[in-house]
Amino acid sequence: MEAPDPALRALIDRVHLARARKTPLDIRGGGSKAFYGEPPSGEPLDVTPLFGISSYEPTELVVTVRAGTPLADLEAALAEQGQCLPFEPPRFADHGTVGGMVAAGLAGPARAAVGGVRDYVLGATLLNGRAEVLSFGGQVMKNVAGYDVSRLLAGSLGLLGVICEVSLKVLPVAPSTATLRFDLDEAQSIRKLNEWGGQPLPLNASAWWEGTLVLRLSGAVAAVQAAQARLGGEWVEPAPASGFWRGLRDHRDEFFVGAAKAVAAGASLWRLSVPATTPPLKLSGEQLIEWGGAQRWLCTSTPGPALREAAMRVGGHATLFRAPGRATGMFAPLKPPLARIHRELKAAFDPDGIFNHGRLYPGL
Amino acid sequence: MNAPQTPIAVGAADIAADRAVDTAADRAARQATVVAALGPLLPAHALLWQSEDTVPYECDGLTAYRQLPLVVALPETEAQVAAVLRTCHALKVPVVARGAGTGLSGGALPHKMGVTLSLAKFNKIVSVDRLARTATVQCGVRNLAISEAAAPHGLYYAPDPSSQIACTIGGNVAENSGGVHCLKYGLTLHNVLRVRGFTVEGEAVEFGSEALDAPGLDLLPVLVGSEGMLAVTTEVTVKLVPKPLLARCIMASFDDIRKAGDAVAQIIAAGIIPAGLEMMDKPMTAAVEDFVHAGYDLDAAAILLCESDGTPEEVAEEIDRMLGVLTGAGATRLEVSKDEAQRLKFWSGRKNAFPASGRLSPDYMCMDSTIPRKRLADILLAIAEMEVKYGLKCCNVFHAGDGNLHPLILFDANDADQLHRCELFGADILETSVRLGGTVTGEHGVGVEKLSSMCVQFSPEEREQMFALKAAFDPDGLLNPGKVIPTLQRCAEYGKMHVRKGLLPFPELERF
Repeated sequence: MEAPDPALRALIDRVHLARARKTPLDIRGGGSKAFYGEPPSGEPLDVTPLFGISSYEPTELVVTVRAGTPLADLEAALAEQGQCLPFEPPRFADHGTVGGMVAAGLAGPARAAVGGVRDYVLGATLLNGRAEVLSFGGQVMKNVAGYDVSRLLAGSLGLLGVICEVSLKVLPVAPSTATLRFDLDEAQSIRKLNEWGGQPLPLNASAWWEGTLVLRLSGAVAAVQAAQARLGGEWVEPAPASGFWRGLRDHRDEFFVGAAKAVAAGASLWRLSVPATTPPLKLSGEQLIEWGGAQRWLCTSTPGPALREAAMRVGGHATLFRAPGRATGMFAPLKPPLARIHRELKAAFDPDGIFNHGRLYPGL
Repeated sequence: MNAPQTPIAVGAADIAADRAVDTAADRAARQATVVAALGPLLPAHALLWQSEDTVPYECDGLTAYRQLPLVVALPETEAQVAAVLRTCHALKVPVVARGAGTGLSGGALPHKMGVTLSLAKFNKIVSVDRLARTATVQCGVRNLAISEAAAPHGLYYAPDPSSQIACTIGGNVAENSGGVHCLKYGLTLHNVLRVRGFTVEGEAVEFGSEALDAPGLDLLPVLVGSEGMLAVTTEVTVKLVPKPLLARCIMASFDDIRKAGDAVAQIIAAGIIPAGLEMMDKPMTAAVEDFVHAGYDLDAAAILLCESDGTPEEVAEEIDRMLGVLTGAGATRLEVSKDEAQRLKFWSGRKNAFPASGRLSPDYMCMDSTIPRKRLADILLAIAEMEVKYGLKCCNVFHAGDGNLHPLILFDANDADQLHRCELFGADILETSVRLGGTVTGEHGVGVEKLSSMCVQFSPEEREQMFALKAAFDPDGLLNPGKVIPTLQRCAEYGKMHVRKGLLPFPELERF
């Protein structure tokens, strides 16, 4: 990133000022994920003036984008070249940014098959708490020079600084996709998904809700056809199928619409991240299962500690994703050595505690 | 690896942070203290300090750099690892963790005043879960042993560094190792779910989980590839993937390096992600043909190996598309493997590139930079010019799909001038790679070998940030000190040398 850039210059000046005055900053992109994590605090620091695709080389499978670029613009540019972000970041509103996508670290239906946001981050430019502009990683697929700070930023919720620019690995859109529907109960679905996962099948996404398992295959034309013939199930027309997956990705499908209503009425939406083979958790509430069994959405009034305990018992963790009003205690608490390392890392990047104070954990 | 046989003493200023204690008497005193402190914690056979016992640990795969460790500890249980770390931490003694010692950048080079913590005894496969497609193994389990244990379930562990017969998963985690299949299947980071280990203070810690994510910052990508600088790994849970039903390989010849480089870009542009995409130049091809007799095209300026894997239908479809692109790109000869035996034969040369080079020359130095794929031809032509400039030959093999280069510079380490020119040649390749938009190391790590080149790639502020990151895990700088990140002072000295490139002051002094 070039230093004289006025938008970047303004951000640097702002960080200097905040540091001098000891006023915390709330890093903002499009605000589409403002609900996620602990409540924001501090003066808004608008990153959207820092926008635009800096470079895109389809044959390199790499795009470098400034953080304030609308995610929709990036996806449109990739689509023109027949490429995509395979991890399907959710778009909770139309104005989400690329920086927000990296900072939140959320991935969509294909996560289990293709990896998450961090798996596609190749490099990043960071404005740290000393108002220094630092670049880590790069634009190449393999890079082990120094610590991989760029991937650490995925899901960091702005804790370590302002993400100014990122380089992302992109992939060609698969030549063929098919969606299949099966009538299966929860336990059968979890078992089937894991059994299929151990076979050379082009599985790309799955969703189970109310006795129905929906499966997406994606890959070479012949591979998808062969898998379809082998798996059976009921084939879903492409138009409703892509509508379904888009709705699931952006939390606008029937389950999440229902969840939003329930949250408005006092329930909470939890995200349980567990080993994929975990049998049915038997928790009360409405549940949708993604990622081959590894992500379980639960809309419930069950108290948080019981859910956290249930997730932890099976080797996972529970996140309070949406709650009525502005709750706290969104993320599962850290074990002692990790809590200490988090505090030390925060101090290493942001010694004065300027950025997104308390957004990941209260006090951090 | 057939690297220089002439030991190069490592600059003490780079390795020992604490300059107050490195006289022979201080070293002997510290050795006595450490042996006395660790003695009660370990079985007698698990603690070595006599030089005849510690010599096998004096280097890793980068044999040019050697240093006898103060003490070698070989713990057998996690409790012993924790106790050794606690004790070293209390005594402020550096600790260098070590797996199989196959690393190529000196990452496991011992510390003169420190303990080498050999994890060789952590060699048990804890569990293989067929349904979950995971394996939990101790850090000293060999990379290939994981795939062997998973094979009965039709599964394997995807990252396959060329040393996979010998290298351990703990070392792979330390280096974020790649291999020939990582364009499609990812690096170590992408295939590891959870790492269990110990902090420098000897406290148990887990990064990641058996779920797809963990609460808080995602520390796994920082730990993976951290070269033993942040924590000591003892147990790893990896992802296993289904074995493809079929793999077929195309061997394509090109009469021009640039055409071969362009063919690589065109394959990617066509939306194909090959399972493997490797390139060898003419000298390399001649060297490996002489070694393995695989029937390589000796007239070709460059050879591409392009592999497809998956279901038979998928492979047939993809091979057709690949052949179309390669033909269009001007391939002069194309051959598709007819069966598994022929496919392995195609690969035999590529996989034996290092030993084949070893037959051409007493020594060779293997470089490891990565560049954007489209600059492949540019870097090859630049390397050809460097061969003239430094008066040394170079054979080139590439993980072309990733843009990861392994130029093998041929030289004779018994000739001090050749060794010196080889080092300048190597540094020139790394700096040219950075200039072309790449990085000084794609998969071998920085270790001690590429410390100076890190000065070129990162600004002083970026390096300071990395030091601060290390301090967050290891405030006293006791884990593998002196590796990976060069000090300001070192970079200042390197900068001075750099100005007079080719006309180094004090050529009799050792440089790294």
